[in-house]
Amino acid sequence: MTAESLFTAPISLGGDDVMVRAEGVVKKFGHNVVLRDISLEVKRGEVMCLIGPSGSGKSTFLRCINHLEVLSGGRLSVEGRLIGYREKNGVLFEMKPNEAAAQRRDIGMVFQRFNLFPHMTALENVIEAPIQVKKMPKAQAIERGKVLLDRVGLGDKFDSYPAHLSGGQQQRVAIARALAMEPSLMLFDEPTSALDPELVGEVLDVMKELAKSGMTMIVVTHEMGFAREVADTLVFMDAGVVVETGEPKAVLANPQHNRTKAFLSKVL
Amino acid sequence: MATKPSTQKASGANSAPSGSRLAPPIKAVKLRHPFRWIVAGVIVLYFAAFVWDAAVNRPVYDWAAYGKYIFDKRISEAALVTLELTVWSMAIAIVLGIVLAVMRLSPNPVFQGVSWFYLWVFRGTPVYVQLVFWGLIAAIYPTFTLGIPFGPQWISVAAADVPVFWIAVVGLGLNEAAYMAEVVRAGILSVDSGQSEAARALGMSWFQSMRRVIIPQSMRIIIPPTGNEVISMLKTTSLVAAVPFSLDLYMRARDIAGPIFKPIPLLMVASSWYLLFTSILMVGQYYLEKRYARGTGFERMKASVESTEEIAT
Repeated sequence: MTAESLFTAPISLGGDDVMVRAEGVVKKFGHNVVLRDISLEVKRGEVMCLIGPSGSGKSTFLRCINHLEVLSGGRLSVEGRLIGYREKNGVLFEMKPNEAAAQRRDIGMVFQRFNLFPHMTALENVIEAPIQVKKMPKAQAIERGKVLLDRVGLGDKFDSYPAHLSGGQQQRVAIARALAMEPSLMLFDEPTSALDPELVGEVLDVMKELAKSGMTMIVVTHEMGFAREVADTLVFMDAGVVVETGEPKAVLANPQHNRTKAFLSKVL
Repeated sequence: MATKPSTQKASGANSAPSGSRLAPPIKAVKLRHPFRWIVAGVIVLYFAAFVWDAAVNRPVYDWAAYGKYIFDKRISEAALVTLELTVWSMAIAIVLGIVLAVMRLSPNPVFQGVSWFYLWVFRGTPVYVQLVFWGLIAAIYPTFTLGIPFGPQWISVAAADVPVFWIAVVGLGLNEAAYMAEVVRAGILSVDSGQSEAARALGMSWFQSMRRVIIPQSMRIIIPPTGNEVISMLKTTSLVAAVPFSLDLYMRARDIAGPIFKPIPLLMVASSWYLLFTSILMVGQYYLEKRYARGTGFERMKASVESTEEIAT
């Protein structure tokens, strides 16, 4: 394992290779319909940014992809495999918890509130899942963990506890922690929303680097500059539906839909 | 990544301006608290009067007898038995309490139900009554057998052969487990839900996330009330007379006091030993709390020994 390959996404299998496919996804909490009808595709190596007003369902959709929320309707598959269910002769079977856990291994997630394990040092955070879940030998996990932390610019913070790191540093540890599982897809749930403005840039830099390496990424964000610069596709969601999809520069410069226009006029 | 922007920022923010440029320390007349001194003086005076009175005017205290029995071998042996009762019953209670709490919070409704039922029974009846019951267990179930019903039997123990000490330990431990389960459950629930989500998102199983992520963090919440439970247990052991078990500190002190008609000095002897042990436990708890405050940003926060004592009594 070289340092370079840690930041390299799995080999692309061709331009039209679909990584995530959502078809008519519905999510209800009780009577509250949060996702009405989400259909979209994310190709391998694609960076998709989800934008929209709060309560539009962006984060919920992201959590559905990782099976942190269970779908109420529609179908959602990652790398051709349904999330949370096995299909046999047209019948869906709920997955056993260990099967669902196995699916999540290949999907990295970065949270708004970082959710680092506060009782572990930065390095311990990063090596925890490879050792516990992948049964990687500890020495190897430590070696890879150090390389990863070094890559996110925290080569001197291995032994720091999260409480002693700034928000931006914590979020970069969280990214390294997710990458340690060698995911084929990375989900970012408003990764910079909880950060002081001066710390946003360092996290976005890491994400840009990751995007350049070819990682497939779905990013819920309010950072329009990042979306414009890095995303291949921009998706505007409102009230649980996809309102507008397109090339980011085009959508941001020339939104087609009134709701998109109204939203962008407030945030840009 | 070419840049390491944050490390520079962080070090810049942490370095204080050089000492020579700091404003001189504030010189001000301290706020006086004369009333505190008056109240403290009155309390000390009354307490001194009480001690003097107890030493001189109250022969029933019989301090000579106190001095004679405080280090009596029978008493110190009984104190050791009380300590053993506490340690073993708390060991059972903590292990079983964690199991019950995890069962109660597991996604499995069968486990939830079993745990609920256990708490309902063991928390819902007095510990004294339970101890009497355990003492009578041999009358209800003459033998305990481990094996398959109607099949092979591996181990069989006559209830009458179980030492009374262990019956007392089991009785105290099973009762306390119900309370420990609630302590542990509160600790687990105090951990932010984002922690279990992060663990799940990394592909950890429910059990792995409990063991590696949730329970270690809940320790900080669990330890102070557990310390209280240990202190409480140390004193609850004086109820084992109900089993009946008579080698513990309180019963031993009473047995010595009986024939010599000196109950009060021996009560003072027993109380002194209980107080000694609880004091030691409080010191231990202080260090445990410091240990589990690791990484929380509360390292420097002093766990107040005094405040836990207030809750304990």
